[in-house]
Amino acid sequence: MANNSGAQHGSGHAGPLHAGPHVVPKRLYIAVFLALIVLTWVTTFVSTVDLGRWNIFVALAIAVCKASLVVLFFMHVWYSTRLTKMIVVASMFWLFLLLFLTMADFWSRTLMGVPGR
Amino acid sequence: MASHTADPQIEAAHTTLQHHFEDSEQQKDASTVGMWLFLCTEVMFFGGLFLAYFVYRQWYPSAFAAASNNTNLIIGATNTTVLICSSLTMALAVRAAAMGKKNLIVLFLILTLLLGGTFLGVKAYEYHDKWVRHEVPGHNFNCTDEAGKPCTDAGHTPLFFALYFGMTGLHATHMIVGVGIILFLIAQARKGAYSPEWHTPVELFGLYWHFVDIVWIFLFPLLYLIDRSAAPK
Repeated sequence: MANNSGAQHGSGHAGPLHAGPHVVPKRLYIAVFLALIVLTWVTTFVSTVDLGRWNIFVALAIAVCKASLVVLFFMHVWYSTRLTKMIVVASMFWLFLLLFLTMADFWSRTLMGVPGR
Repeated sequence: MASHTADPQIEAAHTTLQHHFEDSEQQKDASTVGMWLFLCTEVMFFGGLFLAYFVYRQWYPSAFAAASNNTNLIIGATNTTVLICSSLTMALAVRAAAMGKKNLIVLFLILTLLLGGTFLGVKAYEYHDKWVRHEVPGHNFNCTDEAGKPCTDAGHTPLFFALYFGMTGLHATHMIVGVGIILFLIAQARKGAYSPEWHTPVELFGLYWHFVDIVWIFLFPLLYLIDRSAAPK
């Protein structure tokens, strides 16, 4: 347990994966890296295929997967305290409010007539 | 704790522990929370621009499709790859710091610096290309396709390019700031300032660098990809 110096600090929060300073196995980083590279070239290739209105959803779904991998593993949120996790989720939630509520307005404006006009 | 005071690592922790914290773990958690709160403000900062992009794309879909097809797909994908490589080297630099391997920290920070510099160089080439092709909004703006014909709904294409330069420019500004901080971290790491007990600057800069990577992970599909196949042939 050479990496385990100061492990007693870690007890009490984070999960069983947490042991002392955040030394994550190198192969996990390599696996995440390879996944990110593969997803980058998948999304690049898919962009040349005409999926109609689904192009944006596929591209954004792949981007969300990539971003999640970065946040959870490169940014260590998987191993963080609950407080950090809550802040991360809160920032995503506010971004969701900003984008989704505003775009819901723009998307739905043309769906029905405006009374009185 | 009296029995631990002979432990050199605990001693080392005491030299970097501020008096108002219980222990190193608490100090580090507090710093991490602070950094994430800063990143929340960054999410909002970029979020406004992303919203502007979505709204204008909704209003002028054909202009956005025509304009985004003037970006270079291969260069964009290659630069995305370069940035992901720099995120890997940054993660490995933080890992090296957590293991107390001074030379590895310096090596991985230098690799991160070189990859970040490569990204910025490619970005500069793309900007120059856009300048030469009169795709910078302003007096000489003129959006044309590969064949030299005016873009579809050319009157609204400056909106796409204004957002392109605004968003990638703000992203590049973050990277330039990051390059400055990496230089500082390399100098500090060479002096042996970071230990497994205290390497908070490396760790928090890693969060910043990965955040900038995530912004690009979203900019790449929105600016280069989503209207690629929808363009008039």
